[in-house]
Amino acid sequence: MMKHSVVLDEQRCRGCTSCIKSCPTEAIRVRGRKATILADRCIDCGRCIHICPHKAIRSVGDNLSRLQDFSYCIALPEPALYGQFHRLDDVDIILNALLKIGFDKVWEVAKASELLADRARQEMKHGGHGARPQISSACPTVLRLIRMRFPKLIDHVAPTILPMELAAILARREAVAETGLAPEKIGVFAIVPCSSKVTAATTPEGLQKPVLDGAFAIRDIYLRLLSPMKDITDPEALSTAGILGIGTAASGGEGTARLGGRCVSVDGISNVIQVLEALEDGRLDEADFVELFACTQGCLGGCFNVENPYAARMQIKDLMKGLPVSRNRCREGDQALMLRDKELQYLPSFLLDQDREQAMAKQLKIQELEAHLPGLHCGSCGAPSCHAFAEDVVMGRASEGDCIFKVRAKMRSIAAEGDPDSYLPAPFRHRADDTVHKG
Amino acid sequence: METIKLVYPVEGGDLIEAGEASSQMKLTLKKLGLPQDVIRRASICMYEGEINMVIHADGGEATVEVDMDQIVIRMTDHGPGIPDVEQAMKEGFSTAGPAARELGFGAGMGLPNMKRYSDELHVETQLGKGTTVTVRIRIPQ
Repeated sequence: MMKHSVVLDEQRCRGCTSCIKSCPTEAIRVRGRKATILADRCIDCGRCIHICPHKAIRSVGDNLSRLQDFSYCIALPEPALYGQFHRLDDVDIILNALLKIGFDKVWEVAKASELLADRARQEMKHGGHGARPQISSACPTVLRLIRMRFPKLIDHVAPTILPMELAAILARREAVAETGLAPEKIGVFAIVPCSSKVTAATTPEGLQKPVLDGAFAIRDIYLRLLSPMKDITDPEALSTAGILGIGTAASGGEGTARLGGRCVSVDGISNVIQVLEALEDGRLDEADFVELFACTQGCLGGCFNVENPYAARMQIKDLMKGLPVSRNRCREGDQALMLRDKELQYLPSFLLDQDREQAMAKQLKIQELEAHLPGLHCGSCGAPSCHAFAEDVVMGRASEGDCIFKVRAKMRSIAAEGDPDSYLPAPFRHRADDTVHKG
Repeated sequence: METIKLVYPVEGGDLIEAGEASSQMKLTLKKLGLPQDVIRRASICMYEGEINMVIHADGGEATVEVDMDQIVIRMTDHGPGIPDVEQAMKEGFSTAGPAARELGFGAGMGLPNMKRYSDELHVETQLGKGTTVTVRIRIPQ
């Protein structure tokens, strides 16, 4: 089973059911007054983290103490980090400050994005290959969603690894050459905007083995950076990326960096699902490239950011002023490093049964049961909808008696006197209730 | 084995919501583990049918029947009917109004696409009463 970075704080969770309906893959159930996450359904999109009113669902990056496990540590800042600071006009200030909080070297993920974009441009020049339109492989949540719900589109996904993964491979290689240390003595850590990338750091989608030693949340690094950043007046020139690389922090950036072709850029998980449906039916064939981000505004909308995504986008634009368009070209010999060494495989998490006849029999039972449920989607049973509940019952994850309406039927049969309706909360009572209008 | 029956109402006058039934049906077919290609063909037919019902007939109803051998989608509306079915089956022929064309519909590919992606297509229409389009997609064993 895969390890997720989205976790529940049992102390804070009150079992309020707010999260279960927000989940795009219906991966959360409430049991015993606590939310539980179905690990094989979770795509680490972070929707539940945004929605939880008790701040009980959280995502955790690695602890900074991990740096002590290595003789030499490299920071791989994602470009979204650059958008978190007000009135900053020089990326070098952030990069220099990273060297003051425990890292020995900085290697920008934006640089890896430029290398990947250069590779994409070369591929386009040669007519490209693979199914069209091509789908970006940059958002790990989208990759998991495609594997789970849109397997027919797996062939459309760009063959390249995540920018932070390429950055890790190249940074470690360079550091081994520079320091003479063994590769395992070098700690390579990304600084990431979302839970999904923390998961991806240890459980890569497209690589047999992880290439990162961990990932820190932007919000955990942010406060530590503020004070050293103030003291830096004459920063060493460390920045290696241009406008195109830094621009990939926001949705639209990767498409822009291809410098050609018809690109569609989509952000927000429900929009992503809508566009994947269209792609699956061949309704977007006129596009060459489709960029999909689970978060609003792209990585700037990730749950680990400090600044709101719209302000962050403006700040990123400010930082681009005066930068060269792109500063990195992909070398012939490095092309192979950029590709997945593991195929994206179908994750049958939604499948009712491996055997189709069995699956159909289950579907019939689900529909039969659902027909006798109230259709209120009240969440009292702990499932996001009556349909999901019926599915849970048939799949053995819940029992029919968990429905509050089934409870009422039972109560009615045992109640000797009094109205069993009055034991129920207002939305579930049969008789009309006019207290609302009495004000 | 009993046949699975799914029913989807299609709201009229709402082009923005069109495609909803197709996407719901698709998720159910995926849960059943039907071949990807069959799912894709069924969902294209459903999508085209939905659009047709919204543009021409103020909505209607789609029913889907699934068993081990086939998917049958039946789309019924109470619209104006199709005066000349043969003409309507021709690629590029459309009577869609300006609102639909504005959104990129009305290319005259609705029924032709349904024919192309199904194994069987049947149109029953009565002027002033409505139309029922039935498509059958066989599931290869």
